[in-house]
Amino acid sequence: MNFLKTNLSELHEQLVSGKISATELTQATLDNIAVRDPELEAFITVAKDQALAQAEQVDVKGVAADQKLAGIPYGAKDNLVTKGLETTAASHILEGFKPIYDAAVVEKLQTAGAVNVGKLNLDEFAMGSTTETSYYKTTKNAWDHTKIPGGSSGGSAAAVAAGEVPFALGSDTGGSIRQPAAFNGIVGLKPTYGRVSRWGLIAFASSLDQIGPLTRTVKDNALVLNAIAGYDERDQTSAKREVPDFTASLTGDIKGLKIAVPTEYFGDGVDERVATTVREGIKQLEALGAQVEEVSLPHTKYGVAAYYILGSSEASSNLQRFDGIRYGFRADNVQSLEDLYVQTRTQGFGAEVKRRIMLGTYSLSAGSYDAYFKKAAQVRTLINEEFQRVFAQYDLIVGPTTPNVAYNFGENQDDPQVAYMNDVLTIPVNLAGLPGLSINAGFVDGLPVGMQLIGNRFEEATLYRVADALEQATRLFEKIPGGVK
Amino acid sequence: MATDKITPEEVEHVASLAKLALTEADKEAFTRQLDKIFGLVDTLDEVDTTNVKPTYTVTDLTTALRDDVAVPANETQKLLANAPETQENLIKVPAILNAEEEN
Repeated sequence: MNFLKTNLSELHEQLVSGKISATELTQATLDNIAVRDPELEAFITVAKDQALAQAEQVDVKGVAADQKLAGIPYGAKDNLVTKGLETTAASHILEGFKPIYDAAVVEKLQTAGAVNVGKLNLDEFAMGSTTETSYYKTTKNAWDHTKIPGGSSGGSAAAVAAGEVPFALGSDTGGSIRQPAAFNGIVGLKPTYGRVSRWGLIAFASSLDQIGPLTRTVKDNALVLNAIAGYDERDQTSAKREVPDFTASLTGDIKGLKIAVPTEYFGDGVDERVATTVREGIKQLEALGAQVEEVSLPHTKYGVAAYYILGSSEASSNLQRFDGIRYGFRADNVQSLEDLYVQTRTQGFGAEVKRRIMLGTYSLSAGSYDAYFKKAAQVRTLINEEFQRVFAQYDLIVGPTTPNVAYNFGENQDDPQVAYMNDVLTIPVNLAGLPGLSINAGFVDGLPVGMQLIGNRFEEATLYRVADALEQATRLFEKIPGGVK
Repeated sequence: MATDKITPEEVEHVASLAKLALTEADKEAFTRQLDKIFGLVDTLDEVDTTNVKPTYTVTDLTTALRDDVAVPANETQKLLANAPETQENLIKVPAILNAEEEN
């Protein structure tokens, strides 16, 4: 079965009533993946035996009314480590790596009874916006198989949008949940930095990375965040904050909420048709009683440059651990230990990962540190302050998630700085550690357009409330990708 | 937005710091691409950051320490199972000294 016309609450009811067992649901999911995924290529690894064993355990215990995710299948981005299940980060250098522990979020979902059916494709080490830099697969956009699915959580977004799984986990360092969610017409949330433990997430840029859910509806998203949020002593950046029931905020009432619309988010480089579609969505929010005003975030355009310095610098440090010694790929026919390091990394990393390692290493090297790394960190301060000035007066910020809809494979490949500009609207949110959500606002040329909602720190509930109100008004989640049989 | 700041020699130096080997074609491509990226990065110079404190992390959390107590994990065999080459409970690597003798 596919999950195009169902949500987590309906599946939960069927499991509680015994209309379907967890094993049947898991088997049906695996069968559908076997039919659909050779074309979609969202999964790197399908965990058939492990998933069926897990589902059987759920069936033995039975699903209680308060176990909202028990027996429900999901997919995890392949940069989340999974015990005994190959975890590659879509890189050749981790081929064959079988972690000996589960990421905190995987552990939490397992405790909740959710069934992990496999690992989803991504840009290598989550570095990219198209999922094309994966060593293993070329994931297609669920709406048009000739277009990129976005990235880096392209496998997660395509799998959910095509109905292969009811929900998926992704990670977002500069837009990697929100942008593919936008390109596939689904709901993707990057939670506040510190909301979700990153223990077991293969680190890309540690001051920016967050894990979050990709789902078909807002309520589904809130249900998954309920399960994965919370303090974890193993991630020192995780916040000691109470986790509310995020579904409680879905009241449909947004009267009097103050929405800021930054002029810069509709400026140069943003496709006019995308801008118009998002503005229509904003009008609907206004019709629902929200107060909308234009504001200015003048430092927005500097976010990309600051991000590529900071993110790449952190990545160059985080990726030093991949040396062919303890796990994964090791180069053959080497002359010495030094040669082993160099040959393993040279053969094991792809072009985009090398480019970022080079950029980061350069930025951190003697003579460049102040001019690049420190300068970028200072600009980051100004971007944060600018957001805080807006949040002193408004409840949330709304604009497009991306400047364009999904584009063709192979575009911008030799012009990384052009490709990087596609992330201009999502990156500032990571720099400031804010929560950001993308929801479908309509279509251009048959391809989904994402609307981005940005909240103040730990205000995910406000984003869900507004996104849910919009979703109930538009009911766009009822539209189904044409390419899906 | 080329800056002509990044030279092939610098690219080679940075690659050696990052433990990457470059072909001539790689070196040419990285020089061109990194130069363009730094052209984009140089737009940061338009921003006045005098007396602005840099932000390296957005949390105000500080390092938390746990008690220094050893917890036996007994995971040696599982860890070794991931290593490309092992010998008697150890990870095997090529000799370190051979290369230095050759140099």
